[in-house]
Amino acid sequence: MTGLLSADLPRSRILSAALLVILAGLAFAPFLTTGARPLNTAATICVYIVLVASYDLLLGYTGIVSFAHTMFYGIGAYGIGLGLARVDEPTWTAALTGLGLALLLALALALVVGLFALRVRAIFYAMITLAVASSFAVLASQLSDFTGGEDGKTFSVPELLSPGYQLFASDVLGRTIDGKVITYYIVFGGCLLLFLFLLRVVNSPFGRVLQAIRENAFRAEALGYRTVVYRIWANCIAALVAALAGALMALWLRYVGPKTSLGFEVMTDILLIVVIGGMGTMYGAVVGATLFIIAQNYLKTLMGHASTALEGIPFLAAALHPDRWMLWLGVLFVLSIYFFPIGIVGKLRLRRLAAAGRSP
Amino acid sequence: MNAIVKPVQGAQTVEPLARSPRGIAPLLLVPALALAMLPLVGSFPTWVTLTVAGLAMGMMLFIMASGLTLVFGLMDVLNFGHGAFVSVGAFTATLVLIPMRGWMEADSLVQNLAVLALAVLLAMVVTGLLGWAFERIVIMPVYGQHLKQILITMGGMIVAEQLINVIWGAEQIPLPLPTSLRGAVFIGDAAIEKYRLLAVVVGLVVFAVMFLVLNRTRIGLLIRAGVENRDMVEALGYRVRRLFVAVFAAGSALAGLGGVMWGLYKETLTAAMGGEMMVMIFIVIIIGGLGSVGGCFIGALLIALVTNYAGFLAPKVALVSTIALMIAILLWRPAGMYAPGSKP
Repeated sequence: MTGLLSADLPRSRILSAALLVILAGLAFAPFLTTGARPLNTAATICVYIVLVASYDLLLGYTGIVSFAHTMFYGIGAYGIGLGLARVDEPTWTAALTGLGLALLLALALALVVGLFALRVRAIFYAMITLAVASSFAVLASQLSDFTGGEDGKTFSVPELLSPGYQLFASDVLGRTIDGKVITYYIVFGGCLLLFLFLLRVVNSPFGRVLQAIRENAFRAEALGYRTVVYRIWANCIAALVAALAGALMALWLRYVGPKTSLGFEVMTDILLIVVIGGMGTMYGAVVGATLFIIAQNYLKTLMGHASTALEGIPFLAAALHPDRWMLWLGVLFVLSIYFFPIGIVGKLRLRRLAAAGRSP
Repeated sequence: MNAIVKPVQGAQTVEPLARSPRGIAPLLLVPALALAMLPLVGSFPTWVTLTVAGLAMGMMLFIMASGLTLVFGLMDVLNFGHGAFVSVGAFTATLVLIPMRGWMEADSLVQNLAVLALAVLLAMVVTGLLGWAFERIVIMPVYGQHLKQILITMGGMIVAEQLINVIWGAEQIPLPLPTSLRGAVFIGDAAIEKYRLLAVVVGLVVFAVMFLVLNRTRIGLLIRAGVENRDMVEALGYRVRRLFVAVFAAGSALAGLGGVMWGLYKETLTAAMGGEMMVMIFIVIIIGGLGSVGGCFIGALLIALVTNYAGFLAPKVALVSTIALMIAILLWRPAGMYAPGSKP
């Protein structure tokens, strides 16, 4: 267990319980729920956990602010999507070729942007990635012959994953094991592996150097580490993982489009999750992404009901209107940077430390 | 005191922009670029139209970006929420422009300009005050922490955009130009939109005023000195922070002015317009050199001209062309065209 988690245990009882519940919930999601929407939510949570965790490698562990993370996510998604959309008969070869090319592109872009901007200053990198990512998004929607433009592209997946396919003749635990469930488990398994990989990275000696750079880049350099090289490596790893997450998402949705994979909204979501969950903790991504995606999918509906129920009261009804969801989230984001920059996970761990301090 | 006054007199004799060959080369880029594009565009009237459009857009970009670059130069604060002031300025202007629609539609240049001036004044006052409050409440607690600054100003921008949606609704607001500024004037065969001419004039006036304030007044001297070396100015007994608040408010007011102009240029307003401009604004201040007003001016003109020429010659790569320009300039001068001071 310790080996699997790379000796980075949750270090808080509540957090461990929450993580176990999330893991179990995601692992058995097809059997615990019925219908398409809950399963879709679960798959989105899986992908977002990896996406946010890979961003945390940059922001929380290395102290790099990047706005190009969705670009890499989008590259992965488009890789699978275009790979499968270009062939008449969807095959694994086509999907893997597309994915391979996407990973190469992501790596090359991460390397070039990193070489170019990470040498100067963190703040330069933030601005340059913002510029590059938004141009990339525009480019993707402009090259409509190739990418499908604003509408994106829907594509069919290999037969094993298509909804019509059934693995067993009879139901298992009351659910037909169709292509959708198989896809879900591919997404779930892939995300689990990627997350454990990231956990391994941040707890390796390499990860320690990244944290040293975050704390004091000058000192890390003085100790003999080439900080630029480490930063670029971190950038490349994060980009590759984000691209893989995007590929899994595309496989699940059987659709790629600029809005769902390259839009700036996705970037804002990642930022919000990483900060609210807890920067520099990895587990923050799990807790944050789960809460955020569930809230996004269900809280809005709830807010709508509450708003109509409270129609008579002028201020409350307006404040709870579903359109106001982003406003409250933004306020929560700003407040959490001021008052608990360590996020949910950091807070939970702090409680444990405080309790340990009281009863030595 | 005397010791402080002397450099002011000294500064009057020095032309800060064209001090050395390093200063001259970027100045030549704008005309060089414009001339180089003439044969590519082909027809002279089209070229004139494109160039004027580029200059107008560049002036608006400069007005929006100048505050941001000064704020960064002075206090090392990078405000990712700067775009919010652009949006707020544009939306505030509708408070004047929509009720006074009669003046906007009147066929008299004086009335049109009067209502525009009133709208701009209100927008600048509101964004200036907002900038002051933003600096005090949001940015002050995170001085010196870049990571938190980026995150918090980004959060501020999200909140500001949502608040605009709350106040003005989520729909686009059409903002037609006043009657006498619609249409174009013809010089030979070249059509030049009137509003673009106005934008160029306003931009030049703002640049001239800013140039004079920075180079001919004591407060400008302090600002420039603060950009070069803040610690030294503080050691001489000046409160750079107080100066900074003023510069921040002024920069926000300029962003508001830019927002009004940009909104009229686009003739529609959306809450996200400021955020969309941020990309361009960042490219401008990066290639200009963070903290340099002159660099910001040239950078804005270059970016706008390139965007316009590329939009005409190869529409699909228009936005990528600005990235290419940025890369080219950074390869030439890694810290931007005029990187002030010897900051790390």
